[in-house]
Amino acid sequence: MGEAIAEGTWVEIRRIVLPAGERAPQVPADTRAVPLEMRVKGFLLAPAALGDEVEIATRAGRRLRGTLTQINPAYTHSFGAPVPELSTIGDEVRAMLREPEEN
Amino acid sequence: MTTESYATIMAQRAAIIRASVGLDYEQYVAGALGFDYERLLTDTGYDIETTRRVQRRTAVGDTPLVELRQITELARRVAPPGKGARIFVKDEAANPSGSFKDRRASLSVHEAKQRGYAGVVAATSGNYGAAVASQAAKAGLRCIIVQEAFDSRGVAQPEIEEKTRACEAYGAEVMRLSVGPELFYVFLRTLKETGYFNASLYTPYSIVGIETLGDELAGQVKEQTGRNPDVVIATHAGGGNVTGTARGLRKAGAVNSAMVAASVDLSGLHMASDRDFNRKSFTTGHTGFSMPFTTWPDRADVPRNAARPLRYLDRFVTVTQGEVFYITQVLAELEGMERGPAGNTSLAAAFAIAQELDEDRLVVVQETEYTGAGKHPLAQLNLAKRLGIEVRRGDPRDNKPGERIVIPEHPSQLGVVDVDLDRIRREYLRHAIQSLPAGEPLSDVDGEFLAAETRTSPSHVRKVIDELCGKTR
Repeated sequence: MGEAIAEGTWVEIRRIVLPAGERAPQVPADTRAVPLEMRVKGFLLAPAALGDEVEIATRAGRRLRGTLTQINPAYTHSFGAPVPELSTIGDEVRAMLREPEEN
Repeated sequence: MTTESYATIMAQRAAIIRASVGLDYEQYVAGALGFDYERLLTDTGYDIETTRRVQRRTAVGDTPLVELRQITELARRVAPPGKGARIFVKDEAANPSGSFKDRRASLSVHEAKQRGYAGVVAATSGNYGAAVASQAAKAGLRCIIVQEAFDSRGVAQPEIEEKTRACEAYGAEVMRLSVGPELFYVFLRTLKETGYFNASLYTPYSIVGIETLGDELAGQVKEQTGRNPDVVIATHAGGGNVTGTARGLRKAGAVNSAMVAASVDLSGLHMASDRDFNRKSFTTGHTGFSMPFTTWPDRADVPRNAARPLRYLDRFVTVTQGEVFYITQVLAELEGMERGPAGNTSLAAAFAIAQELDEDRLVVVQETEYTGAGKHPLAQLNLAKRLGIEVRRGDPRDNKPGERIVIPEHPSQLGVVDVDLDRIRREYLRHAIQSLPAGEPLSDVDGEFLAAETRTSPSHVRKVIDELCGKTR
């Protein structure tokens, strides 16, 4: 049993919408082999622990139920490292524009 | 939350959509296949001036038209003598949520508010979600965005992750789903449970909202050059961008401007595949949307799609992933504009098409979009490398979606591949016959509708349909 997370905490829940065996007939085999999963964030409505079945209030004011998976989930997307394949393009085209026109 | 089954909800599809769009599409039906497209759009009651008034209230539109002098010069350096049209871009990133999608969201949210809906729902993983969330915030409406956001390993597409953040920043609830077309089931279920307005990308409001873009663009080009644009290029996915822009151009009197659609070629990747989801490196503006939507628009989340690109297209081209990343870098470094990358699909095409035209011709790229963490070539190329996709400099013709992204070594390597519009029209007509009820003859009304849809004549439509039926029967 994990530590209790306070009511009102911003959290994310998960829920299986369609299990692997119940996917739509038109989806390709690799997609059919996995469940359709939903993740939504909201404010926790009662104290709970990670992994518990909980209810949240979303920003649209809805109450949704699911498994509590994250507390105050971070945005982790970024730019990442500079990509060498792009790094020299600017100098290449600037050099072209500095050359005298041929025609 | 109730959990009505997939089959139960899908069976209620028509009733749920009718209630959520507040539009009776039945009244526009004409013939077995056709419908009165113009009346569907004019019945919205929004002419250009009314739309502009609504959009200005939330600072949507009136974006700058920027001449890309350095990029034009670069194109002339690699073009045949005397060739290299002037290239302009409409800087739609200047809209409140950072893309032209604000124009599409504005009328939908305005309608939802006027009609007393408590909130809006949209199924979108792209800029449109942020646009709806931003407009809903200004209107004081609740907002739910349904996204296809991550694969079965939980790996989110970085551009969509940024959209999640943006929607949440505007106060929306974001339902993030794993890969699959059953998103539509979750969307319908949400509409039914909430009774909110369906801010679909494909309602008449969404398309009429873009007409101001074409109208402004024509006015600005005329003001800066004294003429109408020769070519206007739009990044093409679901067809709304092409349709609304072309309609706006016509209304502004720019009737001879050629409307060109450009899509990133993603052939070989399956749009509903869990594995391919993160291997696309583009979330929109690609052939995975544009091919199915151009050949059959009525696959959308409303009974009749108001985006009907074949009615307006003069030309349809594709470019490669590597070419778009290349031109995105060039735009940043030669013009000081960090934008895109998805919106730069049409800029990659413009760079090549300008070289076909004389120097005094005018080519306009009709949108940019904001850039940022996740929504950037660096984020996409780093993810591609992590997934084992090769990224290298070389001939862009060696680009292979999902396997190899080839960034051009020289601007002379940028080009477009023409999509055969006759083949696309034929494909459209094949879909049309398939949707004709069994035993129902093709009436004259239908023949005229299909001629307007394909920009051909009723006799041509009948000839092609006879050929297709001869083959299939």
